[in-house]
Amino acid sequence: MGIELVKEKYSGGINTVEIGKAGRGPVKIGGETTLPFLFEEGQMPHPPIAGLEVFDCEPVDWPEPLKKAWGDSLKDPVKWAQRCVSEFGAKILCVRMQSIHPDWGGRPSDEAVATLKAMAQAVKVPLVVLGCGDDDKDNEALPKASQALKGENCLFGIATQDNYKTLTATCLADGHSIIADSPIDINIAKQLNILISDMGFDPKRIAMHPTTASLGYGMEYVYSIMERARLAAFIGDKMLSMPLALFVGQEAWKVKEAKELGEKQGVNWETATSVAMLQAGADLLVVRHPETARLVTKYIDMIMRKR
Amino acid sequence: MIIIGELINGMYKALAKAIMDREIDVIQHLAVEQAQAGAKALDVNVGPYSKDPKEDMKWLVESIQSVTDVSLCLDSTKADVIEEGLKIAKSRAIINSTDADEEKMNTIFRLAKKYKTQVIALTMDKSGVPNTKEKRLELAATIVAKAMDMGVNTEDIYLDPIVLPVNVAQAQGLEVLEAIREFRLLSDPPPNMVVGLSNVSQGTKARSLINRTFLTMAVANGLNAAIIDPLDKDLMDALIAAELIMNKQIYCDSFLDAYRKK
Repeated sequence: MGIELVKEKYSGGINTVEIGKAGRGPVKIGGETTLPFLFEEGQMPHPPIAGLEVFDCEPVDWPEPLKKAWGDSLKDPVKWAQRCVSEFGAKILCVRMQSIHPDWGGRPSDEAVATLKAMAQAVKVPLVVLGCGDDDKDNEALPKASQALKGENCLFGIATQDNYKTLTATCLADGHSIIADSPIDINIAKQLNILISDMGFDPKRIAMHPTTASLGYGMEYVYSIMERARLAAFIGDKMLSMPLALFVGQEAWKVKEAKELGEKQGVNWETATSVAMLQAGADLLVVRHPETARLVTKYIDMIMRKR
Repeated sequence: MIIIGELINGMYKALAKAIMDREIDVIQHLAVEQAQAGAKALDVNVGPYSKDPKEDMKWLVESIQSVTDVSLCLDSTKADVIEEGLKIAKSRAIINSTDADEEKMNTIFRLAKKYKTQVIALTMDKSGVPNTKEKRLELAATIVAKAMDMGVNTEDIYLDPIVLPVNVAQAQGLEVLEAIREFRLLSDPPPNMVVGLSNVSQGTKARSLINRTFLTMAVANGLNAAIIDPLDKDLMDALIAAELIMNKQIYCDSFLDAYRKK
């Protein structure tokens, strides 16, 4: 007698968030009705995506392996964005408006938005747009960025429990989706989703960032939070049913094991972290090395090939 | 928690009048309000004053279904009155109720099969309501066995241990709570367990407090369905908090809102 697989059946599912529009993608993320890649138990209608990250200025603090991979294009954000798409086939691009950060020269927001617009015009893929992480500068620049890209259906970030109102209001007005960020804390993740939707924002336009941690630096905590959120969503918790976005490049390339032991080791570190996050339920990964993007995309293609 | 709203019941004088005078607004308003407050099903009982229970049941079901699509829990001691509602019910109904009497179970389970409904089953028989958990358990086992025999899935059965008023049968509270805890061991998947909550506080001076205290205790013992007044906000808040403590939903500061948004 054969052994029968025990299969879980869930009543709930993950929301589908569309990013981009006709002529700029669009891509869809989310929609799962099963834990990752368990095709016997449910559906994963939209494969996860690995997008590439670009700055709106030269990323002077990036480690050598990344600088080597991108070369001179790091000095020209528009060219850099174009290479991501034309040379490395990125299906989604994440633009970080780092130039406005006070520690990075504090470029006036209008200038930064002009660069962002030029980058957006140079590529035809859906965009994730991030601020610099300084609340005051972000609250000044992101509404202008949002308006400049009105109707492009971008995914804007990052909303936090202490700073979500400005970004939520502006995304609501300009028709963008939003990334809600929580510090490896499922209670805050759920609370922030409620706070954002209480402003009249459609919960089906929210993606969650549960915090990213690199391999060797607390990744398993993030993994467990993601898994818990997923299981809650599957039994019907609508305030945790959002797709998950992870900024793997930003974290993996911070750690010495990735940046100090050669390009191959760094790419492996970023790839291993990415794959673990896919297994935890990530829908959107943002990576920094083009080879990582290629490897992770290959992995996704392979694992999505159903039996 | 499967919440069954109790308010559309002709036992209440105002409701009896609304049914008799065909005051459709009163019925529909109650239906919508209960559904909005979180009821997944609505109890429908024409009450003891009805002169034509079958006709009244039909009218109630039609009136309710035209404003909400939640399930209906058709409540009558008479099978033909229940069937009148089943004939026109649009979504999957619950029959309220059978007991452990052989003949009654034959009739009700046959209806359940015919109309693909769920069934509330009271753990009592011709000799009345048992006063020990052991007797309740014995009757529950009889019901579950009979249901299986007749091809009704155990997950479609709601066992009701029968809550009695605390001011007349004080010792029964504990018996009922312990019975709930043991009912779930009767089958795999386990049957549902339901109580008609308001009975516990019948004739007392602090009804809402007694109701919500008993409900939280029952939730702790594994209760997963209840016939209650969903418009009692304190009761609903206590229920949501009890489910939170039982790890049935993930905490967040706005957990009451989060539950209601489900």
